[in-house]
Amino acid sequence: MKKLSARRRHPLAAVVVLLLALAATGGLYAAFAPADKAKAEESAQSLTIEEGKKLYSVGCASCHGTGGQGTTDGPSLVGVGAAAVDFQVGTGRMPAQQPGAQVPKKKNIYSQAEIDQLAAYVSSLGAGPAVPTKKQYDPSGADIGKGGELFRTNCAQCHNFTGKGGALTHGKYAPDLNGVSPKHLYEAMQTGPQNMPSFPDSTMPEKNKKDIIAYVNAVNGDDTEHPGGLELGGLGPVSEGLFGWVFGLGTLIAVAVWIAARTAKAKKS
Amino acid sequence: MSIDTTEKPEPSGGKSRGKASGGERFADWTDGRLGIYSLARANMRKIFPDHWSFMLGEIVLYSFVIIILTGVYLTLFFHPSMNEVEYTGSYVPMQGQLMSEAFNSTMHISFDVRGGLLIRQIHHWAALVFLAGMFVHMMRVFFTGAFRKPREVNWLFGWLLFILGMFTGFTGYSLPDDLLSGTGVRFMEGAILAVPVVGTYLSFFLFGGEFPGGDFVARFYSVHILLLPGIMLGLLAAHLFLVFYHKHTQWAGPGRTNKNVVGMPFLPVYTAKAGGFFFLVFGVISVVAAIATINPIWAIGPYRPDQVSTGAQPDWYMGFSEGLIRVMPGWEVNFWGHTLVLGVLIPLLIFPLVLVSIGVYPFIEAWITGDKREHHILDRPRNAPTRTGLGVAWITLYMVLLVGGGNDLFATHLHLSINAITWFVRVGFFAAPVIAFLVTKRICLGLQRRDRDKVLHGRESGIIKRLPHGEFIEVHEPLAQEALHKLTAHEQYEPAAIAPPTDDNGVAKKLTRGEKLRAKLSRGYYAEGNQIPKPTVQEYEEITSGHGHH
Repeated sequence: MKKLSARRRHPLAAVVVLLLALAATGGLYAAFAPADKAKAEESAQSLTIEEGKKLYSVGCASCHGTGGQGTTDGPSLVGVGAAAVDFQVGTGRMPAQQPGAQVPKKKNIYSQAEIDQLAAYVSSLGAGPAVPTKKQYDPSGADIGKGGELFRTNCAQCHNFTGKGGALTHGKYAPDLNGVSPKHLYEAMQTGPQNMPSFPDSTMPEKNKKDIIAYVNAVNGDDTEHPGGLELGGLGPVSEGLFGWVFGLGTLIAVAVWIAARTAKAKKS
Repeated sequence: MSIDTTEKPEPSGGKSRGKASGGERFADWTDGRLGIYSLARANMRKIFPDHWSFMLGEIVLYSFVIIILTGVYLTLFFHPSMNEVEYTGSYVPMQGQLMSEAFNSTMHISFDVRGGLLIRQIHHWAALVFLAGMFVHMMRVFFTGAFRKPREVNWLFGWLLFILGMFTGFTGYSLPDDLLSGTGVRFMEGAILAVPVVGTYLSFFLFGGEFPGGDFVARFYSVHILLLPGIMLGLLAAHLFLVFYHKHTQWAGPGRTNKNVVGMPFLPVYTAKAGGFFFLVFGVISVVAAIATINPIWAIGPYRPDQVSTGAQPDWYMGFSEGLIRVMPGWEVNFWGHTLVLGVLIPLLIFPLVLVSIGVYPFIEAWITGDKREHHILDRPRNAPTRTGLGVAWITLYMVLLVGGGNDLFATHLHLSINAITWFVRVGFFAAPVIAFLVTKRICLGLQRRDRDKVLHGRESGIIKRLPHGEFIEVHEPLAQEALHKLTAHEQYEPAAIAPPTDDNGVAKKLTRGEKLRAKLSRGYYAEGNQIPKPTVQEYEEITSGHGHH
């Protein structure tokens, strides 16, 4: 002991202590960490939630409150679930650029891992719909015809016959569904973002959601066929009327002017 | 027209001058039975003046022919029935859906009949062009004053054709029984129901019971392919006959008077031109139909009364009625257990008023001017500022209502609030026509002043001349005789004077309210400040005689 205490002021003493401490920590971790698998996962989960909370306090807390309780600028997030976060952040709607009648979609700046962390934090505030798995939203093999019927019954009032979007009151609107991924379509139906009503599985079973996704992909996707030619926005008679006036009658009047300018010369007889 | 059907021409093949050629013998044969010689002699050399705006009516005529031709083809495959069937055709997203036979057969035409979709699209595009052409043709006639005596009746025929065209279009649009048109029919049913007392009865008569029932497609089909086109064909024949009978109006110009027509003969010049124009019209409409979709019923889906879509509008010609309904506040009056739906009834009453106001205009103007003479020389719109202003006001009203009819699409595409657009249309309905009238009238008067200036002082040449004493002036070139004629050919009315307050015996006369109104309106049309006096010969000579410059 004397030997030790005599060298306690040795220049390398601090290094030795540090090494010992590290060895002890590492040894203890090695001894306890692999002991319980479930415990380890929970700590990973809580780490994700921790990370999510950090992201939340930077990007979301100013409107939704520091604990997700909501403020005058944003609703409470308790119980909205991971699916809502995945939709809102994944489509770039959240964090919102500015308050207004409706938050538009924009470029998403979060990675999927960050979105998952945010989703984990928000769903830790209160239970809500989880992010759907690929098996749930994958539209392959779904009934497109049935989906069309369901779409016209439940969605077309706001989103137009083929999901081209439409106006709601006071500057709000139902967006165009072209280019929206099946996962986001599913989540939107599940959670009812912004002005949209929600269609939980109790009202619209998973299978019907798939049918609807398949229909939207078929009639308003990038590889939708337009047997009649140019689609003119798919907006119905307003754009058709405009096109008819400008390119139909407009061309014909131009033709009339052209013909009238080329008149026969009267012969002197 | 001088067709005398009682006078038979002499048989011309009597003299023996050798055997007549085949054509001649055929002509003889037909003339002996149909009397075409005198008919052709009277009309073949009929003269028509040449101007592009006189061909607008031709566009309409040809698109009508195209509609009939393509419509006949469509009737071969269309089943006007509302029996429910399951779709088994080749459009995958609709397979297995229940629909009416009407919708099913339209799907069949679109996907499984050779050329069916193209013909359908030509038919529908031609209908839009037909109505748009009638609108523009009618405005041409309006702004040039071609509706004046003796053409008031023909104006009415044309106006009726426009209105019948609207309803023919509407019934045709409803035939496929798709979700869009079904919503339109439901809209119409709502309007009928809003008629006090008899509304419900009318609706039940029309639909054979409760909406939608199983009858309306078949009924609309008869109306669309038989009743309305039949009336329209008759009116069209009368319209064209009157054009021949009255002879065509012409623009003022040297050698053109109210008593002659300067132009080209009907045969061969106009038959060739018109024939060529027909094919150009057919070609343009076919190209439009080949490149652009119209009424994609496969995307719209079959009609079911429990479904509806946003963006449900009628075709453009009915758009102003949609606008009337959309911007009208939803007022209701309840009494003794009955409801008067003013929110629908008022638009339903304004709808015919908008149309009638333009239809009766020729008679109003004739009453105000008191002019009983015939007019075959057209007015330049600027020379009738009040009429032009009223016409533009009417078009403005129409356009404002069209904006109202498409308020949702204006909202989404211009990123505006639909409520703001609705309020804009509500205010615009009253204010925009007034503003348009005032602005147009000022522009017309300004143009009249410019014409007057040009006549008296010549054209600004852009050449600056320095006079010996240092002053700079711009050299004005006098106009050519032809241009002078064009600018001064119009006549100007005096405001109608109120009849003298006493009659020949010195007894005070009482002016009727009508006379007072007429005098007031006449001042609004023709009093000082409402038209610029055109230069007189004295003024012209005084200025151009060379004494001094200006």
